[in-house]
Amino acid sequence: MKNQNTVFFVRKEFAPSRPAPASTVGVLGWIRNNLFSTPFNSLLTVVVGGLGAWSIWGALDWLIFNAVWVGGNEACKANPNGACWTFIGTRFDQFVYGFYEKPERWRVDLVILVLFVGVFWTGWEKAPARRWAGGFMLILFPWIAWGMLYGGIFGLPIVETSQWGGFILTLVVSLIGIIVSLPLGILLALGRRSNMPIINSTCVFFIEFWRGVPLITILFMAAYVLPLFFPTGMNFDQLLRALIGFAFFAAAYMAEVVRGGLQSLDKGQYEAADSLGLSYWKSMRLIILPQALKAVIPGIVNTFIGLFKDTTLVLIIGLLDLLGMVHAAIADPNWSIRSVPTTGYAFVAITFFTFCYGMSRYSRFIEDKLNTGHQR
Amino acid sequence: MNTLPNPESRAQPVIQIQKMNKWFGQFHVLKEIDLEVVTGERIVICGPSGSGKSTLIRCINRLEEHQEGQIVVDGVELTNDLKHIEHVRREVGMVFQHFNLFPHLTVLENCTLAPIWVRKQPKAEAEATAMKYLERVKIPEQAEKYPGQLSGGQQQRVAIARSLCMQPRIMLFDEPTSALDPEMIKEVLDVMIELADTGMTMLVVTHEMGFARTVANRVIFMDDGQIIEQNKPEEFFNNPQSDRTKLFLSQILQH
Ligand SMILES: Nc1ncnc2c1ncn2[C@@H]1O[C@H](COP(=O)(O)OP(=O)(O)OP(=O)(O)O)[C@@H](O)[C@H]1O
Ligand SMILES: [Mg+2]
Repeated sequence: MKNQNTVFFVRKEFAPSRPAPASTVGVLGWIRNNLFSTPFNSLLTVVVGGLGAWSIWGALDWLIFNAVWVGGNEACKANPNGACWTFIGTRFDQFVYGFYEKPERWRVDLVILVLFVGVFWTGWEKAPARRWAGGFMLILFPWIAWGMLYGGIFGLPIVETSQWGGFILTLVVSLIGIIVSLPLGILLALGRRSNMPIINSTCVFFIEFWRGVPLITILFMAAYVLPLFFPTGMNFDQLLRALIGFAFFAAAYMAEVVRGGLQSLDKGQYEAADSLGLSYWKSMRLIILPQALKAVIPGIVNTFIGLFKDTTLVLIIGLLDLLGMVHAAIADPNWSIRSVPTTGYAFVAITFFTFCYGMSRYSRFIEDKLNTGHQR
Repeated sequence: MNTLPNPESRAQPVIQIQKMNKWFGQFHVLKEIDLEVVTGERIVICGPSGSGKSTLIRCINRLEEHQEGQIVVDGVELTNDLKHIEHVRREVGMVFQHFNLFPHLTVLENCTLAPIWVRKQPKAEAEATAMKYLERVKIPEQAEKYPGQLSGGQQQRVAIARSLCMQPRIMLFDEPTSALDPEMIKEVLDVMIELADTGMTMLVVTHEMGFARTVANRVIFMDDGQIIEQNKPEEFFNNPQSDRTKLFLSQILQH
């Protein structure tokens, strides 16, 4: 070939594309590049891999192979080196329903069933009447669920909220938090960007107040301080007070997440919407929010997950959620066995992890589905 | 083609700007602007960067607010009254330098959104209109794609179609070809020339002097927030009067 460094050059033969060298692609190439590129890296790989395998084996051994799956507390006493799953099995109903009266527990089952069907229906792309299902879940379901659980409608006997507990309480607190905090957070974020001084300063004050106070303080205030301001005799439900505190706290965080999304949008999007004659609310609903919310799905889900885990704090105002229930159960003298507390907390950890991981995967799925091939 | 409109139609201008002034904070960005545009007129606005061209045309659909003077568009004066603003925005389309398509909607949805939600057209009718305009800008086959999948020139043509779907009486263009690669500029200018042939009233901020020569009835030169000179294109280019205009033309026409 002619030397390309001369001034005159015309290419006659075109270079074909060739596959990348074998040592850089494929499984072997990947392993070599990432795990064994230098002697030191090889050493690290062996040491870290060995430590990992050892601890995973230990965990599996304790959780599964060496665990007690059948029998009573005697079986657990006999085997202190494995998880005591029979303890969870015996107390399972209490962990799920708290002190909810036995004959009424079908109401809880029904609510949970509708919840899961509703979530899958709404999330499944090809489901018929998906919008209606979504609307139902967001708007009607919370009220119906509350009515079903509390009673007093359809002739159902009332089950006081003080009897609610365990997983159902965790679910109620976190779902109400989620359902209230997203719309409220959106409104607060829009308000914070508003040019109208009164709306703007109200929203800023609300957000900064609820965000600036620790959640534990909010719960204490809701539980012990707020009643002092009520006239004697008026009893405002303890759980409801905690719920409101939770929802406002989460809404303040949500507002800042959404504001981040609103700010990430190009000014041109607002201008294009305006120039087409869309009113403020229409341009928010059709143009701005769909994009802004999509941009901050990870942040929104992050807030949801944080909220879900923070529900365990209701323990300190005497409400027994899943963690509280387990915590109370391990104090039972019949079960004062070494492996029981560890098993109980492991059960709580696995349950929370399952739900949080589920939310995280679901958010990835939504993000992928909404990806329309534009990058900003 | 390059004739000033006849005196009768001059009597009914579709845009009237009188003694308009605008400030950004303390910065006096538009000074004593007087401008009348009659139906069917095609005006090209040029001038150095920062002279206020964008701000001027953005005042016409109230993307920017003026502080003094009067702007009347399609018989409606622009004030803080939202009804007036909405009326004007329905009748005035705008095309931006960076297209500003809605990336979460398909091309077709971009085009039907405003007719459906602002003009309250039924969906089928809005889609038929949208397809008509997408054909006019020569990309009907891209209707189901998302903006992120199109080239810059295609996106700008979609943006033009999106504005036209509202069936505006006036179209504003703010440097519609400045963000495009050279080989795409022509496809957008061709669409704009065809639009001019349909009799649309157009105000175009551009540095495409070839376009100004062939399409405009009037060229306006702005500098320092003021209208320095305006004339028919051949007079403007061949016989500029102001020194600033001469300097500007010598700078942009020298290559
Ligand atoms: N929102 C704003 N706030 C403050 N100053 C602004 C704002 N928008 C524009 N300006 C200033 O106003 C002046 C005119 O801006 P404008 O965008 O109208 O210029 P232009 O003639 O369109 O210039 P270009 O050719 O660069 O687009 C510039 O000096 C600019 O810095
Ligand atoms: Mg400009």
